[in-house]
Amino acid sequence: MATPENKLAFDGGWEYAPAPESTDHVRIAKRYGLFIDNEFVSPQSGRYFDTINPATEAKLSRVAQAGEADVDKAVRAAREAYRKTWSKMKPAERGKYIFRIARIIQERAREFSVVESLDGGKPIRESRDIDIPLAAAHFFYYAGWADKLEYAFPGRKPRPLGVAGQVIPWNFPLLMAAWKLAPALACGNTVVLKPAETTPLTALKLAEVVRDAGLPPGVVNIVTGAGATGAALVGHPDVDKVAFTGSTAVGKLIMRALAGSTKKYTLELGGKAANIIFADAAIDQAVEGIVNGIFFNQGHVCCAGSRLFVQESVAEEVIEKLKERMETLIVGDPMDKNTDIGAINSKMQLEKIESYLQVGKKEGGNMYQSSCRVPKKGYWCRPTLFTGVSQSNRIVQEEIFGPVLAIQTFRRFDEAIAKANNTPYGLSGGVWTDKGAKIFKMTQSMRAGVIWANTFNKFDPTSPFGGYKESGVGREGGLHGLDAYLDLGAAR
Amino acid sequence: MSRLPVAKTYKIYIGGKFPRTESGRYIALEDRKGRVIANICRGSRKDFRNAVVAARKAQAGWAAASAYLRGQVLYRVAEMLEGRRDQFIAELRQQGAAPRTAAREVDRSIDRLIYFAGWADKYQQVFSAVNPVSSSHFNFSVLEPTGVISILAPDDTSLLGLVSNVAPAIAGGNTCVVLASETQPLCAVSFAEVLHASDVPGGVVNILTGLRSELTEHFASHMDVNAVVWCDGGRKTAETVQDLAAENMKRVVRRTRVDWSKEDAQDPYLIRETQEVKTTWHPIGT
Amino acid sequence: MTALKIVDSTRLPDLGRVPAVDEVGVDERVARFQSRSIKTSSKVEALKLILSMIDLTTLEGQDTPGKVRQLCQKAIHLHDAMPGLPHVAAVCVYPTMVHVARQTLEGYDIKVASVATAFPSGQSNLDVKLEDTRRAVAAGADEIDMVISRGAFLAGDYRYVFDEIRAVREACGEAHLKVILETGELGTLDRVRRASVLAMHAGADFIKTSTGKIQPAATMQVTLVMLQAIRDYYRETGRMVGMKPAGGISSAKLAIHYLVMLRETLGNAWLTPAWFRFGASSLANDVLMQIMKQSTGVYQSADYFSKD
Repeated sequence: MATPENKLAFDGGWEYAPAPESTDHVRIAKRYGLFIDNEFVSPQSGRYFDTINPATEAKLSRVAQAGEADVDKAVRAAREAYRKTWSKMKPAERGKYIFRIARIIQERAREFSVVESLDGGKPIRESRDIDIPLAAAHFFYYAGWADKLEYAFPGRKPRPLGVAGQVIPWNFPLLMAAWKLAPALACGNTVVLKPAETTPLTALKLAEVVRDAGLPPGVVNIVTGAGATGAALVGHPDVDKVAFTGSTAVGKLIMRALAGSTKKYTLELGGKAANIIFADAAIDQAVEGIVNGIFFNQGHVCCAGSRLFVQESVAEEVIEKLKERMETLIVGDPMDKNTDIGAINSKMQLEKIESYLQVGKKEGGNMYQSSCRVPKKGYWCRPTLFTGVSQSNRIVQEEIFGPVLAIQTFRRFDEAIAKANNTPYGLSGGVWTDKGAKIFKMTQSMRAGVIWANTFNKFDPTSPFGGYKESGVGREGGLHGLDAYLDLGAAR
Repeated sequence: MSRLPVAKTYKIYIGGKFPRTESGRYIALEDRKGRVIANICRGSRKDFRNAVVAARKAQAGWAAASAYLRGQVLYRVAEMLEGRRDQFIAELRQQGAAPRTAAREVDRSIDRLIYFAGWADKYQQVFSAVNPVSSSHFNFSVLEPTGVISILAPDDTSLLGLVSNVAPAIAGGNTCVVLASETQPLCAVSFAEVLHASDVPGGVVNILTGLRSELTEHFASHMDVNAVVWCDGGRKTAETVQDLAAENMKRVVRRTRVDWSKEDAQDPYLIRETQEVKTTWHPIGT
Repeated sequence: MTALKIVDSTRLPDLGRVPAVDEVGVDERVARFQSRSIKTSSKVEALKLILSMIDLTTLEGQDTPGKVRQLCQKAIHLHDAMPGLPHVAAVCVYPTMVHVARQTLEGYDIKVASVATAFPSGQSNLDVKLEDTRRAVAAGADEIDMVISRGAFLAGDYRYVFDEIRAVREACGEAHLKVILETGELGTLDRVRRASVLAMHAGADFIKTSTGKIQPAATMQVTLVMLQAIRDYYRETGRMVGMKPAGGISSAKLAIHYLVMLRETLGNAWLTPAWFRFGASSLANDVLMQIMKQSTGVYQSADYFSKD
């Protein structure tokens, strides 16, 4: 095992100079209205709120706060568009509009990446290589479904639902908008989308794309605001379908709010995924998988591999390697192309994460953080891991939504499974072993909607995503993601 | 002198056993003329709790049973029902059905069991997918049973409605707790005997009789139930069920206004409604 | 705590304990290294470091003393128009050319490296290989680049491969031993990792990817796996082993990716010619052009850089 003499050193010596992505080609308006009927309009509420750059705490823009009347106006617009144009259009034509959206996002990819990182704090590398290309790919994938829906549901004649009200989170702002809009539109619905309060800008840029793509007015409407705006949208009587991604607590509120109505709903909620490393795993790739699992997007990922289970015989080695790897993670300016971990999305979220670090320490966990420097201004959290914790500890049970990993060891296969499933959540899970039969045994035994075997945190438009148990209802992505936006009727 | 017939005691069915309700209470079921046909168990929330424990215990084993075996077991249930056809017709008639209606309901129940027996090893093929992701990974989505399901069976079509909801649930590897028709509970209890005489492992199907007004909230709220299927009621029931189900994100399956007696009131989507989609990724490399 | 575990170099390492390698995971990690953006002062520093790590190589049937002398001149005078440049680490030649290189490089701190052991195939008898090695050392080679017996390795005769490396190690005397795995013939990253462990336990001072005669030669993927093997060996024994990717690294940009990978896998201690080399023939000029571009701001032409 490593001794002080044979530990690796990663600081000093040859360092990477700053490599900032330029922002001068990007225009952010001083103020954004609500996007209704293909136009940016002032909110009837007359109110606006600031959206800031979490890496600098500087104000980026002011964004309209939609009140109930504004939401109502947007829903009416969506209803009109549904009735008059979108539901009457040939499906193939509908698809062509969505293809256009995909193409324009690709053309404006760099601008979208920059705005995403400015507004949300995520590293430009991730916006550029993951969020934005995946968002475009999502529109591209679903565009092609528009005129092929009957092939997805044998024996049924699927029909659109009507107006979809969609509420999305701040961790993947544009990507989540794509996940919501693309299938909804492909299935023939019109949409009112509410982006997250702290990250509205790429959705508003997407509004420009919708307009430039020439979609009929009212097909896509975007209303910005906080929780109250979302509640008004979800509760609006003329919304036929509610799609929400966010916390389990809010998901439950929405499910209750919809009780008694016939509104269809899909909910993508929280998680506390187990990532299980067996002794026979490809250890170095597993360590990468652990890093990617918990430190991707600052750990602001509902499917993050936040509970690590390592087989005891390799635990020391894995943890040592993990700590070494954490030393090479670059934390800081999201706009620097070399940054691995950007800013925590908001002050509120940082405070929540920090409170969990205190809880973890109080519960007796051993906290380890990488030694990296972080900027003075802005919201930052070093990559963190806890050892010496157990299933009984809060930091193991509760979703932290930050770069905080809780590590436990296990001895036997069944022990790993029992602990992995010992949670109200069931969104995702990971397993690492070189033995094929064990992979299938594990992936079948884990009660979660997405299982990554010998990999982690992979996403693709063709791949359904969504949780078991309290991690949500319904799937997004792939053929299975169509279901959420269709009335399949009934043979019966 | 004619022989005195032996009357049947109708009990509930939990974990492969036929206990009386722990409440000790009963409902006197009367025919149209007001004569008592039977004393029906007035199942309690504790009976329900016990049934959920039994269903949970049976869940992993039943889910792990091969699709072929689940199909065979369902077929066996149909065989056993066919063998006791006359008894079920008689019970339906006792509860007021016309002879032809009663016969048709029993026959259709048998056929429906066969229908879902046949689906047991096919729905997976129809609803699964291999997803062509753009990275170097093999990615596939399959269905897995949601888990333990509580079913508020329809009040009319007391046998066929029950069968139509239980068969797709168990064909898909779920275990269930069913509240039988409140007004016509006889066939449900006899059907439990059919299940018991077939090869359905104890706990896979648990059948309670009792009052909907007492039990609905427990069926919707129990934290170890993964989905609730409800077949009767209006907005009020919808509200109660979904409101309570939200606490642990139960899947809520509404099957109201379905005429189960129709020949085409069956399809594999009934199985799919209590399935979860699981997507698995694995690298393709050496 | 023990600083240095005594390694019994007669004992075959337990290859069953060598961790598995997942190819796709390696690809993904490599892609991350490639996404690092190295700019300005950091780039210049990297480029100079790369120059200093080059084993300037000629390994051809048509090599003559004249050709080797020219190459040595290039090694000494990389680009005299630009002061302050480092010289390359070594010149790498066939055994018959060692004395020429030794003579030409007299007085310069540039090592002479020689391939040996029936390079490139290694298909000869052990005594011939040992004699090949001894003669190269006697002719003045500071470093010996041997090839492993891939045939024996693929046939599962690890003992033979291990003993052969040990024997060559002994024949090297004071000379440093680089062990070429010829990863392009090993087929899988799992084998690359096992061969690395075998070579290090048998006493390799460096492990090296390729002869340059087989495609694929060096890739970032195999190099990463070898670096990780070096790291684990270091962790276990406290002994540092060097790394030399060879063949196919001809652009400065790619070489910088290798440095990033080295830095983030083994840390700073390895960022020196003492522990990392590039086996290359045409890399130097591309690096020189990039250095010139950095200092002048003008894109360069190959016509302005000497070809030897």
